[in-house]
Amino acid sequence: MNSLFSQEVPLSWYLLLSAALFSLGVVGFLIKRNLITVFMSIELMLNGVNLSFVTFACQWHAVKGQIFVFFVMVVAAAEAAVGLAIIIAVFRARATLAVDRIDLMKL
Amino acid sequence: MTSHLHLWLIPLLPFAGFLINGILGRRLPKSLVTTVALAAPLAAFGVVLNAALGVFGTVAAATSLPYIESCPLPWINAGVLHVDFSFVLDQLSLVMLLVVTGVGFVIHVYSVGYMDDDAGYARYFSFLNLFLFFMSVLVLAGNALLMFVGWEGVGLASYLLIGFYFQKKSAADAGKKAFIVNRIGDVGFLFAMFLLVANFGTLTFTEVAAKLAYPGWNGGVVTVIALCLMLGAAGKSAQLPLYIWLPDAMEGPTPVSALIHAATMVTAGVYMVARTHVLFDHSPFALGVVAIVGAATALFAATIALVQNDIKRVLAYSTISQLGYMFLACGVAAYSAAIFHLVTHSFFKALLFLAAGSVIHAIGGEQDLRKMGGLRKKLPVTFWTMTAAVFAIAGFFPFAGFFSKDAILYAAFLQGTSGKVLWFVGLLTALLTSFYMFRLWYMAFMGESRSENLHAHESPWSMRGPLVILALLSVCGGWIGLERFGSFLAPSVGARAAAGGSAHLEVILSIVAVAVALEGWLIADKLYRRKPARPAQWAAALPAGYKLLANKYFVDEFYGATVVKPLLAISRFFLEWVVDVAILGGAAWLLGGVATFSGAILQRWQSGNLRSYAAWLAAGAAAVLLFLLVPWATVLATLPAIHLGMAGH
Repeated sequence: MNSLFSQEVPLSWYLLLSAALFSLGVVGFLIKRNLITVFMSIELMLNGVNLSFVTFACQWHAVKGQIFVFFVMVVAAAEAAVGLAIIIAVFRARATLAVDRIDLMKL
Repeated sequence: MTSHLHLWLIPLLPFAGFLINGILGRRLPKSLVTTVALAAPLAAFGVVLNAALGVFGTVAAATSLPYIESCPLPWINAGVLHVDFSFVLDQLSLVMLLVVTGVGFVIHVYSVGYMDDDAGYARYFSFLNLFLFFMSVLVLAGNALLMFVGWEGVGLASYLLIGFYFQKKSAADAGKKAFIVNRIGDVGFLFAMFLLVANFGTLTFTEVAAKLAYPGWNGGVVTVIALCLMLGAAGKSAQLPLYIWLPDAMEGPTPVSALIHAATMVTAGVYMVARTHVLFDHSPFALGVVAIVGAATALFAATIALVQNDIKRVLAYSTISQLGYMFLACGVAAYSAAIFHLVTHSFFKALLFLAAGSVIHAIGGEQDLRKMGGLRKKLPVTFWTMTAAVFAIAGFFPFAGFFSKDAILYAAFLQGTSGKVLWFVGLLTALLTSFYMFRLWYMAFMGESRSENLHAHESPWSMRGPLVILALLSVCGGWIGLERFGSFLAPSVGARAAAGGSAHLEVILSIVAVAVALEGWLIADKLYRRKPARPAQWAAALPAGYKLLANKYFVDEFYGATVVKPLLAISRFFLEWVVDVAILGGAAWLLGGVATFSGAILQRWQSGNLRSYAAWLAAGAAAVLLFLLVPWATVLATLPAIHLGMAGH
């Protein structure tokens, strides 16, 4: 397995892809106004991180990284369930999903 | 045998008494309080007596003085300055300790009767024991700093006892006045200590004396140190211009006046001058100041005492006057005469106060001489003991006061022309002293009773006993004579053979002094027995002079207008505008302002906008990342190189 990765695709490519995914997530999170899109950006960031986890797990022959990825997936699934529920509740209450309008915390 | 004198017991026993009565006194039965209060000074007196017997008992022991007892642990060890808890017993401190603990114990006994029905019985005795503790520390101290501890301590005890009836405003004020005026003197003492450390590098009396023995220590710094010490002594011993607290100190219970404000504490200044006499000996100017202050105070206070009508105030001014005598003696370097007068004065002045207390006690708290009279029959013991004291203070042969006052006048007379002036002032004071003491005697005891309280009764034996003991001492206390007393004290205070003295001259001067005292008595007899209307006529004929004296030369008013009022105004201004408005108000305003201002800026962060929070989060993460990625060690290492490179251009 190791030889397959290291010979055909170099390590840095995986990491670059991971960083690109994460950065896309960050940018999406910052500039998108729709709450659903923001939520999806978070998932993108999580998966960017997951990718670097598995990459290093492969590189160092350490299974811990892969276990971590499972944990992140489980937590992300739970988070998605709770998060979507909150979004639905917010939409029902405010009839909008624009994050700029949801600013009740402002003094 | 001198190796086991246990000097530390002398202060610590009264201190134990203070702690027991001060902490537990309210809960203990009265008899136990009395036992503790009396046992402490008695035991301390026993220790002193044991030491004294050792000294007087064997010739070898007498030569082993000074006997030093030091705490093995150092107290202050800073650079060149080493200060220990060291007690020194020499001839001077021994005499002083005998007076302090002996007279102190007698007055404790008297207080048992006098304070019998007072609610603050235990508090009173704990303060009295505290006073003895500090006083014996002051006397035993082997260095100026330890003496200062005792010095401040007796000031504290004095404050507590003057303000003993603290519910009374005048008493509380008098306590504060005594404390504050003493503080002015203490500044002098403090400065003297600073200068001693700066110039001699030590505060130990013997070391200072040893360094002064080298030539070249005349005038200059020594004069300044001596004058600073004199300022301290003037504060504690109520000399001009700091005497004003002593008459007001009469607000305290009468035995306190006897113990602290007549017999012991106020003599601390004289004792201190005698203790540091080497400094004064090296500065003729300082000695001159001491002599002039002493003589001026003696005369000044005596004139005020002429017209006072409060029995205790007459005695207070006479105390100031007699302390002036002692300083006069110090000023002509007759230290042993000063200490001699200190000892005899403590006997008869304590007696005068205690007898006055007995009178006041007998007629229900009345202190006005004009409302007394005719008490001779009703208070025979008080009368006879008081008579002994009056004769002693007036200086009649063979009472104690005769010998010591005579010694001082003789020593002054031998000091050249200026000494003659001092002698004359002393003689004039003796005349006034004799007059006002017999005036008091006539007004209180002779003639018809002017009191409304007709049930005057003699005091209990606990009060009469001390009167009798002190009366015996007032009669016999001077019989030792200055010659023997002086040669005993000589190792401590030095002996100066004055030129031009002779036994012949001494006898003549003594006769003159007694004649003057007799004259004072005759005048008092004429004015207050044979022609009692005369004083009032004179007062009416000379209203300005009488007013001046009756109002004590308006010194209190003068100080009030020139010192107290401006000081009060400044401190009020300071409190109101600087402290209250500027510091406290400013601090509150500043704190509020900073919070408001920073809040106004920081609240912009809290936009409530989700994306702005996210942006800050991302920026923070980026900053942390940047911080971790930049190799700071390398950057910092290259920075100075850049700086140097630039400097090189």
